[in-house]
Amino acid sequence: MVAAATPASGMNPAHTLMAHDLRLDRGARSIINGLSFGVESGKALILRGANGSGKTSLLRILAGLTVPDAGAVAWKGEIIKPLSAKWREAALYLGHANALKDDFSTHENLDDALLIDGVTVGPDAQLAALEKVGLLERRQVLARRLSQGQKRRVGLARLSLALACAPHQQLWLLDEPTNALDAEGVWLFTGLISEHLARGGIACIATHLALELTSAMTEMNLDSLTEVTQ
Amino acid sequence: MSVTVAVRHVHETTIFPPERGFLVALVRDAKLAARSKGEVVQALVFFVVVVSLFPLAIGPESALLSRIAPGVVWVAALLSVLLTLPRLFANDYADGTLEQLALSVYPLPVIVAGKLVAHWLMAGLPLALLSPLLGLQFGLRSNELAALFTSLILGTPILSMIGAIGAALTLGVRGGSILLALLVLPLYIPVLIFGAGAVEQAMTGIDFSANLSLLGAILLLGGLVVPFAVAAAIKISLD
Repeated sequence: MVAAATPASGMNPAHTLMAHDLRLDRGARSIINGLSFGVESGKALILRGANGSGKTSLLRILAGLTVPDAGAVAWKGEIIKPLSAKWREAALYLGHANALKDDFSTHENLDDALLIDGVTVGPDAQLAALEKVGLLERRQVLARRLSQGQKRRVGLARLSLALACAPHQQLWLLDEPTNALDAEGVWLFTGLISEHLARGGIACIATHLALELTSAMTEMNLDSLTEVTQ
Repeated sequence: MSVTVAVRHVHETTIFPPERGFLVALVRDAKLAARSKGEVVQALVFFVVVVSLFPLAIGPESALLSRIAPGVVWVAALLSVLLTLPRLFANDYADGTLEQLALSVYPLPVIVAGKLVAHWLMAGLPLALLSPLLGLQFGLRSNELAALFTSLILGTPILSMIGAIGAALTLGVRGGSILLALLVLPLYIPVLIFGAGAVEQAMTGIDFSANLSLLGAILLLGGLVVPFAVAAAIKISLD
């Protein structure tokens, strides 16, 4: 699935997400150079690599936030313009920052994120999602008073609601989603990912954690750009 | 090459009306401002204090005071709006929600427009509402007060819009707030001239509607162009 640093000439339409010959320069250095890969629907790409190897940059390119210096990203066989409407609808990006407003409560933050994503969910479903990620009792607490792990769990609640109510969010781009999560949180996260993949979704996950790889997951190491498939 | 008809399941096209994005952003920012009322009040108090400093410094000569009143109130309004500009995008940039807004299903210019209206409601409108009171302090007559109020009602949204371009461009820049002031203040000059000019014309008894029309024209033009410019600036800052 991962053909790193090979000229991807014929794009395989079965690969729902294709990156073609990406290059990203920061100053004189190329963080990413000639990177091509494809991810089929129902598969996850686990991005590995040392700090500064370009995991976050790659995820930001895939999200459309960063414009690569060369190359393109294709979604369902079509080259897409960064931040075009189609891309924004399909992508669910959980970045480095938790994207929580300190002055909003847990529940308000979740609601805010859903409104921005255009996901219409009833309050019951929201409460159920908060319960699932263990934040039900903390739903009225301001985000500034949440622990780091609890803040991460708000992101999990978003993933859970995306599964339940947002079929358009097929491309999950997750930057260190398991940071600060406890064992139960990681278990919850892997459950959400498997469910997403089982429904034909795609996930690109940057993580240092030794996730239990399933056959649906492929690892890509940005340090060596060698393929490590399970 | 095999002819693969991808399992393209009929995508239930969910429709995201752009105007919803405007409301989402407007309500969100208004709610956030309501949570930190202090900042809104502080900018307003700053405006009042700056305006009140001039009579103290110049002395109680009413003819001179009413002569300088339009300029003083307008410059104070400029500075007060300038103080609130970092709040427009910098907080969202710092906590990562600006990325989420950029990735929203709603177009970014529409979201920016909502944020701009929210900013004006919190930072510009209160200044305009308070201005007649301050004008009285300077001994302005009723038609002059009307000119001051109207010019600020038309002018403060322009201040928000021009400021938003600067705020978006200086996101994540070190020493951004001073750079922002240097970038934005020169661009405020036309608004200042037309705004304060309207009140001065009212003083000399000339019809001041021409100046107000010019402000209105800038406002309309800005309303059309600025959301797109700001959205482009935000994308550059996020890159």
